[in-house]
Amino acid sequence: MAIVVEQLRFGYGPVEVIRGASFTVPAGQVTCLLGRNGSGKTTLIRLVNGILRAQSGTITIDGCDARTSPRQMLARWLAFVPQEHQSVFAYGVRELVVMGRNPYMGLFARPKDSDYDVAAQAMEMVGIAHLAERSYMEISGGERQLVLIARALAQETPYLLMDEPTSHLDFSNQHGILSIVRRISRERGVGVLMAMHDPNLALAYADQVIMLEAGQVYREGPVDQVMTGEHLEHLYGIPIKVVGLATGQQIILTEAGHA
Amino acid sequence: MSNRTARRSRWKGSLGIASLITLGIFVLSLGLGRYAIPPSQVAVLLWEIITGQFDPAQATEPARVLYYIRLPRILLAALTGAALAGAGTLFQGMFRNPLVSPDVLGVSSGAALGAALGILLPGGSSATIQIFAFTMGILAVALTYGIAKVSRGQSIVMLVLAGVVVSAFFEAALSFLKYVADPYEELPAIVFWLMGGFHRASWPLVRALLFTVLPGMAVLLLTSWKLNILSLGDEEAMSLGINVSLLRPFLIAAATLMVASTVSASGTIAWVGLVVPHIARILAGADHDQSMPVSMVMGAGFVLLMDDLARTLTTAEIPVGILTAAVGAPFFGYLLIKGTREAWK
Repeated sequence: MAIVVEQLRFGYGPVEVIRGASFTVPAGQVTCLLGRNGSGKTTLIRLVNGILRAQSGTITIDGCDARTSPRQMLARWLAFVPQEHQSVFAYGVRELVVMGRNPYMGLFARPKDSDYDVAAQAMEMVGIAHLAERSYMEISGGERQLVLIARALAQETPYLLMDEPTSHLDFSNQHGILSIVRRISRERGVGVLMAMHDPNLALAYADQVIMLEAGQVYREGPVDQVMTGEHLEHLYGIPIKVVGLATGQQIILTEAGHA
Repeated sequence: MSNRTARRSRWKGSLGIASLITLGIFVLSLGLGRYAIPPSQVAVLLWEIITGQFDPAQATEPARVLYYIRLPRILLAALTGAALAGAGTLFQGMFRNPLVSPDVLGVSSGAALGAALGILLPGGSSATIQIFAFTMGILAVALTYGIAKVSRGQSIVMLVLAGVVVSAFFEAALSFLKYVADPYEELPAIVFWLMGGFHRASWPLVRALLFTVLPGMAVLLLTSWKLNILSLGDEEAMSLGINVSLLRPFLIAAATLMVASTVSASGTIAWVGLVVPHIARILAGADHDQSMPVSMVMGAGFVLLMDDLARTLTTAEIPVGILTAAVGAPFFGYLLIKGTREAWK
């Protein structure tokens, strides 16, 4: 059970952004997508999500061809958490979360009580049940991100795609959100593919890492094998050390700041 | 759960009150005008018409005024108001912008050009003018949509920009027609048509309008929950399982059919499609599922009221488009000052 991407190619006009990328996102694990700005992380997420159409290559989800699946079917396999959501209209938190039930509803349907039950469970799971009555406009950035995660959970998909879900958040919210993501992955067996800027967060929360370099996969595999100083130095182009701490944790340091 | 039920019943309350007020205006409007008919008589006549007892051949004078002049006019005004406000709610939601009005895709400028063409063509009756306006209104939106689609990715911004382009072009063509028009007969006819009014109302016109407006309204009401998801932007809507490239043209087509037919019947009625959706959102909340019906009902009531003023304020009739703008714009200003934060930012 996995999302399997093979030989994916995509370009905006003549500029090829994804140049034959192949990788696997296993079910029930957190996979982090690392790479520099412009390496194609967001494009890759949008390709897997079917927002963009690849020029060639295959994407299969649990053995099914994702590229020919209708939108509504795809939304039963993949849920998406954006970097940030700019809402124009002041929807209530519950109303936003219950939108996650849309893949299971007909064109003229409205959410039923059972849909609201699923939404309530999703809010419970990420710890925002108390916000249900509030407006999305009046809650904090960290809470908003939790609302979007709850909405994705309400989709009840086997896979979750996240594009830099913590890049706008403070230190404590970053760790809070990522702990919840990992817990969801463990408890519900959800496979997570998450684009990420900070390799330290990947080191702390990922099971698998995909290193993306100029539209191609540079390294792919379990965290302890892939997250080496050598690979990271190559990926980011600055001197990097992975330091083991007495607590058993690891931390990625660079000399750039104090050179 | 209980809070959700409470909010839902509060919404039903405001929808009920808006409906009652609109119905009240409707009945009152039937009696108003140069030829005043007392409300009791209006009620009796209305009942006879609804139950099929009304026989136009043997009707008294007030009954004929009511049946042949007022009722079609009032139905036309109500349909126009509901269509414009409903389309306004749709476009504001779809384009994620509370400043958008139903003619953002060029339908009004298209219809205006069509009407001017109809007026200038020799032997044009009011029916040909309306058919021209309707066709050109649809054509303008189709052109907008085509331009946006050709220019890679029919994104929201591209649609709005294409709408600006098409509107500008059609307005230029309209200016040219005004310039070449006969300044004593045709030019005033064009100008007066553009100001909007319901004086052309007749039963055949109302019947024709029912065929385009009612299906459009049904589509908008049935899909109003999906509009919430569409208003999140394309990427999120697609991720939530909406086929945006199918649903959006479908909704645009439904709204365009409605707006093009009302504009071709009554000219451009300004501001309704912009202001009424706001008021509906303040009353019913951000959820389009709830604000859409409120918007339609209030649009009908507002335009009816403005038409009553247009008919009764002076001995001559004031074009209703002037009144909707003159009342709508200050009221909108008042709302902005008072703060509408609960509904949008």
